[in-house]
Amino acid sequence: MAGEVVLLDCWPSMFGMRVRIALAEKGIKYEYKEQDLKNKNPLLLEMNPINKQIPVLIHNGKPVCESLIIVQYIDEVWNDKSSLLPSDPYQRAQARFWADFVDKKVYGASRKVWSTKGEEQEAGKREFFEILKTLEVELGDKPYFGGETFGYVDLSFITFYSWFQAYEVFGNINIEVECPKIIAWAKRCLQKESVAKTLPDQKKVYEFVAQMRKRFVSE
Amino acid sequence: MAEEVLVFGAWGSPFSRRVEMALKLKGIEYKYIEEDITNKSPSLLKYNPVHKKIPVLVHNGKPVAESLVILEYIDETWKDSPILSKDPYERANARFWAKFIDEKCLSAIFKACWGEEKEHEKALEEASELLQFLENELKEKRYFGGETVGLLDIAANIIGYWLGVFEEASGVELMTREKFPKLCNWANEFVSVSAIKENLPPREKLIAYFRNRFGVGTASK
Repeated sequence: MAGEVVLLDCWPSMFGMRVRIALAEKGIKYEYKEQDLKNKNPLLLEMNPINKQIPVLIHNGKPVCESLIIVQYIDEVWNDKSSLLPSDPYQRAQARFWADFVDKKVYGASRKVWSTKGEEQEAGKREFFEILKTLEVELGDKPYFGGETFGYVDLSFITFYSWFQAYEVFGNINIEVECPKIIAWAKRCLQKESVAKTLPDQKKVYEFVAQMRKRFVSE
Repeated sequence: MAEEVLVFGAWGSPFSRRVEMALKLKGIEYKYIEEDITNKSPSLLKYNPVHKKIPVLVHNGKPVAESLVILEYIDETWKDSPILSKDPYERANARFWAKFIDEKCLSAIFKACWGEEKEHEKALEEASELLQFLENELKEKRYFGGETVGLLDIAANIIGYWLGVFEEASGVELMTREKFPKLCNWANEFVSVSAIKENLPPREKLIAYFRNRFGVGTASK
C-alpha cells in the first residue's frame, strides 16, 4: 500500500489540486515535482505519452493519469481512512455523474470567461452561470455535495474556487451575487485543512492568469 | 423485492448499446425503451434533466446517466461476471482508456470520415495515431479485459463495430489489417461474444443511417 508516491503537477492547475487534496485527506507522503508545460521534461512524456499532461501520479514507478481517475485510484488503494466516494453503488453513481459534469462543463465555460472578449466572452459568462446554477440546485440545502461530509464531487469542483478572482476580474462578474450558495459552500470547504493547505491564494492565481491572458486577448 | 431495470436508449447509439451489453453479460433482465432523440419523451427528460440524453438506466425507479457511470454502477450492483478488475491499478487503466475513447477517438474518427476535405489527410493521421495507442494497449491479450470481456472492451464497442460501419458508410479506410492487426483480431473476437452480438444494431441499417445523416464521406468526393 505505501511505497513511493510522486506527483507531476503544476501549482495553478485545478486538476492537479484535486489530487493534492485527495493525498492530503489520506495523509499520504509524496514527492511533488513542479512541471514546466512549455518545456516538458522526459519523465512527464514517459509517464503520460498519450496526453502529455499533468497531473500524473506515479505510485511505485507506475503512472496513473487524469485527475478524477487518480483520485479514485487513491481512494481505492488507501481505503482505510477518509473515504472520498460513498459506499452505496447508487450514491457512487451520482457522485461520478456530478464530478463528470464538472469535468465536462466548468473548465470549458470558465476558459471563455477569462481568455476571450466581446460576444464570445458574454456567451461564456452566460454558460458559466448556467452551469454554476445547475450545481447550486444539486447542492440544495446540503452542507456539501456529498451530504454531511466533504466528498468526491466537492473535491472535483472546489479547486476552481482558486480561479474565481481571475474569472471575476477578467469577466467583470460577481459570482457571490449570482450564486451565493456556491460561495458559502466554498468557504465551508476551505475550513478543511486539506483544502485550505492545497488551494493557492486567489491573487496568486489571478496574476498567473493575467500573464496567460495576454496570449489570448489583445487589450 | 421484484427488480425493475429500464434502459432508455437509441437503436444506433453505441452508448446505449454499451449498457445493454453489460446487462446481457451479467444476465440481468431489463425493459428497453427506444427514444426518438429528435422528440424526447417526458420520461427521459424527467430521468436525465441535466443532459437530456440517452442512455439512462433506471433501477427500481432511480436513474443513472452517462454510459461509463452506468457501466460501473452495473458492475457494483450485480456482482456476477465482473467487468472491472479488483486491482486498483488495472481499474485506473481501464477507466483511462475508456475516457480516451470517448473524449478523443470518436471525434477524431468522425473527422477522418466526414471532415472537411482539406483537413482529410491530417484527420486521418490523427485518428491513426489514436488507434495505434489502442493497438499497443491490447498487446497479446484476447480482450482489453484479459481473458474475458471487460468494461474497456464494452467502451471500445465504437472501435469494435461502429468504426467499421463509419468506414463503409464514408468510404474511408482507417483500421486496416496491415496497420492494426491486433485491433482487427480483437474486433472479430468482440463481436462474436453472444452478449455483444445480440446487441449490435443491424449493419446495413446503420450504414444507411450514417450515409443519410452525414453524406457519403470525404474520400468519395
